[in-house]
Amino acid sequence: MKRILVGIKRVVDYNVRIRIKPDGSGVVTEGVKMSVNPFDEIALEEALRIKERGAAEEVIVATVGPADCQPQLRTCLAMGADRALHVQTDTPLEPLAIARVLRALTEREQPFLVLLGKQAIDDDHGQTGQMLAALWERPQATFASKVELSEGKARVTREIDTGLETIEVDLPAVVTVDLRLNEPRYVKLPDIMKAKKKPFETLTLEALGVAPRAQLKTVRYAPPAQRQKGVRVNDAAELIGALKQKGLL
Amino acid sequence: MSQNILIVAEHDGRTLSVATAKCVACAATIPDAHITVAVCAADAAAVAAQAAAVSGVHRVVTVEHPMHEHPLAAAIAPQIAALAGPYSHVLGPSSTFGKDLMPRIAALLETVQVSDIMAVESATRFRRPIYAGNAIITVEVLDGAKVVGTVRTASFQAVGTGAQAPIEAASPVAPPTHTRFVSVSAARSDRPDLQSAGTVVSGGRALGSAESFQMLYRLADKLHAAVGASRAAVDAGYAPNELQVGQTGKIIAPQLYIAIGISGAIQHLTGIKDARTIVAINKDPEAPIFEVADIGLVGDLFEIVPQLEQLIG
Ligand SMILES: Cc1cc2nc3c(=O)[nH]c(=O)nc-3n(C[C@H](O)[C@H](O)[C@H](O)COP(=O)(O)OP(=O)(O)OC[C@H]3O[C@@H](n4cnc5c(N)ncnc54)[C@H](O)[C@@H]3O)c2cc1C
Repeated sequence: MKRILVGIKRVVDYNVRIRIKPDGSGVVTEGVKMSVNPFDEIALEEALRIKERGAAEEVIVATVGPADCQPQLRTCLAMGADRALHVQTDTPLEPLAIARVLRALTEREQPFLVLLGKQAIDDDHGQTGQMLAALWERPQATFASKVELSEGKARVTREIDTGLETIEVDLPAVVTVDLRLNEPRYVKLPDIMKAKKKPFETLTLEALGVAPRAQLKTVRYAPPAQRQKGVRVNDAAELIGALKQKGLL
Repeated sequence: MSQNILIVAEHDGRTLSVATAKCVACAATIPDAHITVAVCAADAAAVAAQAAAVSGVHRVVTVEHPMHEHPLAAAIAPQIAALAGPYSHVLGPSSTFGKDLMPRIAALLETVQVSDIMAVESATRFRRPIYAGNAIITVEVLDGAKVVGTVRTASFQAVGTGAQAPIEAASPVAPPTHTRFVSVSAARSDRPDLQSAGTVVSGGRALGSAESFQMLYRLADKLHAAVGASRAAVDAGYAPNELQVGQTGKIIAPQLYIAIGISGAIQHLTGIKDARTIVAINKDPEAPIFEVADIGLVGDLFEIVPQLEQLIG
C-alpha cells in the first residue's frame, strides 16, 4: 500500500499570548487553547491532496506525547487522515528522540513519503524532519512550498533565504513544509462524527524500541527584553524630524 | 580546557556569507574557543581564503567534491560528521542553509542541537528564543554531549578580518546521490540585502496590490534601504517570499525598521525585536505594532508614503 506518514504536534494555539510562570519554571499552559501545530496541518493537508489525486492510498497521522494529544489526533482524522498512531509518553522528548520514534514508525509502516511541519511553534527547534531523514538515511526536502511527485521521485520547491530552490529527491523521503504550500481545509461537523470510527492505535516507546535519553535541560524561562515606550508623531514632516533627531536620516 | 569549535561556512561558491563571521563572533564568546571553519565546495579556494582571514579563526578545513556545487544538506552533512570527532561544538548560521543542514549533522552524530543561539553563558549553557521569541530560555547541554548549534545571526555582530589562518584540505567521503539540485530562482537585485541593510522599509497587507507595493521600493531607494514584507503581503503576492520578515521569514536587526500597513502580529514582531528603531505607520491607532514602535504615526499610508518620498527628496 502506498502510504504517507504525517507527524503532528499538539501546541499552544498560535493566537494565544503566552505567559511565563512567575517563578520562571515554564510557560503557562493550563487552561490555554491547544491546537495542531499550524505547519503540521499544512503537512496533513498536502498528504490528503496527494491521496485525493490518487498518488497515495493511505494517510497515517502520528504524534508522540501524553494522553492529552488525543483531541488533536482526532482533529486530523476529521480532516481526512485514515488512521492515527499515538505514541504515548508523559516524558517530554527532544527532537532527536522524536525522530527515533518516527524512524521506528517508518520501519513499521513503510511510507513512501513522510510529511512534517518545518518547525513547531512552541519550541521552534526546527530539527525533527532533518533528524529523521538522517537516521533513516533518506533524502530531506525542507521548507517546501511545492511538492510534485512522479514515479519514485519528488520534485520539491523550497523557500530559502535568497528565493526559491528546486531539488529532486528519490523516494522514500522526508519533506518538511512551509506556510505557502497550501491552505488547510476546515473540519466539518459530520467529519468529526465519522472520525470517531477511524482506527486509533496507542503505542509505547518500549514497543517501538526507543529509550530516550535527555541531553538538554531548560534551566530558566524569562520574558524577552521589553522595548522602551515610544512616541507618537502627527504627520510625515514630524516623522522626518524625529528620524533626523535620532541621526537616522 | 580549550573548546574545539567547528563552524560550517555558508557561501555561494565565490563569497563567504557574512553569517559565517557572525557564527565566529558567537563561537568567540565560548571560553577558550579554538575555532576551525569548514568549507565544503566544488572549488573551495576563494571561500577558504576569505574564511582564513576572518578574525578569530585558527584554522580552515576544505572538503572539495563536485556534489558541493550547490549546498545540499544530504551531501554536506556526512562531510561535517566525518570531521566532527575532535570538536566539542559544531555551529552553523540560523539561515535556511544552516536550519536545513545542522539537524542532519546532529542526528548523524547522535547528539543534541541547540537552535537559534542568541547568547552563550558557558561552553554548555546557551540562551535561545521559543514561542516566536515570546520567551527566552536558558538551556544546559548535559553529560558532555557534543553541541550542535545554529546561531541566531541577528544577535551577533560580524567580526572583522585580519587573521591568517592555515588552510588544510580534508578528503571527502562519498556523498549520497539520492538528492539532486535542479534550479534556484535567485532574485539577485542591486538593492541592499534585507538581512544586512541598515534601514528596512517593510509593507503589509494594507498595500493591497503588487503595484502599490512599488511605492515602498521607491521610498526604499531614497533611503538606501532594503525592502521587507509581512507574511500577508507575501501570501497575497505583493512581494516575493524572500522578503518575508518574522518567525517563518527573516530575523533582522536593522538600525531603522519602517513598518507600513503592518498590524504587528507576534509572528511578525519576532523578526524585528532587535531592530534599533522601529517606526510604524498604520491607520488603526490600536494596532499592536504601536506597542513596539519607537515612533508611531497614525494615518493612511497612501497619503503618508508619497509625502515622505517628497520630503526626503
Ligand atoms: C505559524 C505562523 C507563522 C507566521 N509567520 C509569520 C511571519 O514570519 N511573518 C509575518 O509577517 N507573519 C507571519 N504570520 C502571520 C501573522 O500572524 C499575520 O497574519 C501577518 O503578519 C499579518 O500581516 P499584515 O500585518 O500585513 O496584515 P494585517 O494583519 O491584515 O494588517 C494590516 C494592517 O494594515 C493597516 N492598514 C490598512 N489599511 C491601511 C492604510 N490605508 N494605511 C495604513 N494602515 C492601513 C490595518 O490597520 C492593519 O493593522 C504567521 C502566522 C502563523 C500562524
